[in-house]
Amino acid sequence: MASISAAAKASSAAFVHRVLPSRRLSVASLFPQKLLYSDPLLAFPPLSQNELAAAAATQRQRRASASGRRARPGRIRAVATPSRAPRAPASTGSVKSAMTTTEKILARASEHASLEPGENVWVNVDVLMTHDVCGPGTIGIFKQEFGEDAKVWDREKVVIIPDHYIFTSDERANRNVDILRDFCTEQSIKYFYDIKDLSNFKANPDYKGVCHVALAQEGHCRPGEVLLGTDSHTCNAGAFGQFATGIGNTDAGFVMGTGKALLKVPPTIRFVLDGEMPPYLLAKDLILQIIGEISVSGATYKSMEFVGSTVESLNMEERMTLCNMVIEAGGKNGVVPADETTFKYLEGKTSVEYEPVYSDAQARFVSDYRFDVSKLEPVVAKPHSPDNRALARECKDVKIDRVYIGSCTGGKTEDFFAAAKLFFASGKKVKVPTFLVPATQKVWMDVYSIPVPGTGGKTCSQIFEEAGCDTPASPSCGACLGGPRDTYARMNEPMVCVSTTNRNFPGRMGHKEGQIYLASPYTAAASALTGYVTDPRDFLQ
Amino acid sequence: MATAATALSLTEVAPAVLALGPAASRAFLHRSLVAPHRRPALKCHHSRPLTAVAAAAAAAAGDSPSTAVFHGECFVVGDNIDTDQIIPAEHLTLVPSKPDEYRKLGSFAFVGLPSAAYPTPFVAPGEEKSRYAVIIGGANFGCGSSREHAPVALGAAGARAVLAESYARIFFRNSVATGEVYPIELADTGAWKECKTGDVVTVDLANCIMINHTSGKQHKLKPIGDAGPVIEAGGIFAYARKTGMIASKSA
Repeated sequence: MASISAAAKASSAAFVHRVLPSRRLSVASLFPQKLLYSDPLLAFPPLSQNELAAAAATQRQRRASASGRRARPGRIRAVATPSRAPRAPASTGSVKSAMTTTEKILARASEHASLEPGENVWVNVDVLMTHDVCGPGTIGIFKQEFGEDAKVWDREKVVIIPDHYIFTSDERANRNVDILRDFCTEQSIKYFYDIKDLSNFKANPDYKGVCHVALAQEGHCRPGEVLLGTDSHTCNAGAFGQFATGIGNTDAGFVMGTGKALLKVPPTIRFVLDGEMPPYLLAKDLILQIIGEISVSGATYKSMEFVGSTVESLNMEERMTLCNMVIEAGGKNGVVPADETTFKYLEGKTSVEYEPVYSDAQARFVSDYRFDVSKLEPVVAKPHSPDNRALARECKDVKIDRVYIGSCTGGKTEDFFAAAKLFFASGKKVKVPTFLVPATQKVWMDVYSIPVPGTGGKTCSQIFEEAGCDTPASPSCGACLGGPRDTYARMNEPMVCVSTTNRNFPGRMGHKEGQIYLASPYTAAASALTGYVTDPRDFLQ
Repeated sequence: MATAATALSLTEVAPAVLALGPAASRAFLHRSLVAPHRRPALKCHHSRPLTAVAAAAAAAAGDSPSTAVFHGECFVVGDNIDTDQIIPAEHLTLVPSKPDEYRKLGSFAFVGLPSAAYPTPFVAPGEEKSRYAVIIGGANFGCGSSREHAPVALGAAGARAVLAESYARIFFRNSVATGEVYPIELADTGAWKECKTGDVVTVDLANCIMINHTSGKQHKLKPIGDAGPVIEAGGIFAYARKTGMIASKSA
């Protein structure tokens, strides 16, 4: 999968970068050797050799102090460096130092041979994503700072996905999508997933839905690249072995104009998940287990890398669930090493060549956590914090008012498959209102068209209907984050909800006194059947 | 208008001066080849300009370490205050870069706090501005969503500084990038518990100290470092223009 041409590109870019600083220096500093060793009279007659030597040394010194880390006296001597065979600087630097996946991606993107945690570097951004909540503000800053008629740095690298507040009559929310549309037209943005007809999302072939899932499905998540987005769950794309993290409007406005971002290289925590995954567990249980272990700030400023036989066995959507919630532990990004599963998922989705990178065997991790997944049990996060972990069975007396299955974390095709499998296995009907919001238009289609394995050819939608769930709604972020008052399934009353979403802070799904139990799609479906928080083993045995 | 070329020159010189994050300045100091500034009688180790370019720029702009002093009543919140509580998602339709909507965001600052635990609102009903100049919080302040609306709402409401035990990464960075509020770390664990909403406090950045006049106690602060001058200027773009890293808008 490694692509030669991508490597060549990276290498030649690095070459240009190394030469650049000297362009700004005077002739004397550009050609110190030439002046020193050729006839000085020909060049600058009034200067003596000593003066020239001194000038060169001063220049070198100044250059050394100005350019920071690369500056070593005497290093940049030649007029032009000899041509070299193209090679990736991160893998074959003159002094090879062991790095983690995150360090390697940032090293390549910042054109450094190697990096260490704590270093601040300017990285070249491969994809910048924004949506209807932060897009208008980002565009506002971009225009304010770069000018009304400024152009984005690369119209093919800015991806704009309206998804948060779509199916609402809120005028300002609708206006924000209009702002995105005007901007994309003006800038000829290549990837804008527009929606115009709000009454029927299917009438909008371009409309996708939840940005993080859409990014993956549309081939914008590629191993080894840097993806920044104005949304904290941008870390979702770490599932592809990509560096992906959330940024604010101001930083995004800067990236929009320059294609560069200043990032601090995070140290990496490694999570080794081994053992066979029991049939009643999903990736959501794993990540809730981990956040419960390290707390909501346990990975602040850090990268979380997931490895081990269990992780290797997970499909892409489950890997996304894992990486999606690293922000809930404060993490900067999550990483799952790219493998055959990744490459297969990407087949036909992107024509862009990519080059995955992997942690070296000697790479330094700040800490290692090991889990024997075969011994884990289904867990939930109780209100009001994602690290408030408890076993699902310990909460069997918690009466609930509703169940919500949706969002970037828990509204993917596999999530609905899981819920449908449990409903089908039970043959029962739900006891509380059960809301289903597919993340994207593609997920919605899958829910209606793909037969769920082991159910005799029934689709998710048929099973959901038989179980008495609400009809799957139009794809969007929906009620995961509250949103405008008329958002489908928003908690407008102080209720108790079991949800496959990612956050349960006070007021997250609407009402400040609402209580949210975060759970896997299995646990959510099992809870819908009983009206209490329920361990899915009650139905899956 | 800043062209692509000026933007590029920003990327060449800015890394060191825009070192964001609480530990960033330390990471740079050992690499710095610039002679340290003479330090006046300060209780804390203030930041030094990090490159020759930055030093020259800072000198030209009359830049000095943060000496700001904030005085007023404080508003006290607990651990893990997430950005949904600072500005609930239903108000995110407001676009911070539009002046009238910016003010409106301020009026909604902290409305997501549970009313039972926080009976006193941060912004009085019907008002646009808060009476509280300083926010004091516990650990992991600003966790959750990356919405820049959060520091903007606090700044728009009139708050100048947040003093918390620790910050979530994106909130810290957004505060500096926008220049809306100073995200300052309290040096001692649990110090926030000794303050009550309505206490009159003075935050002295030069001396890295917060004086609570109501309780009569003093609390140490960690230095804001290189982030200070950026916030003082009004955010990264304003700082870059002020120090000549990118062309000023009129040019």
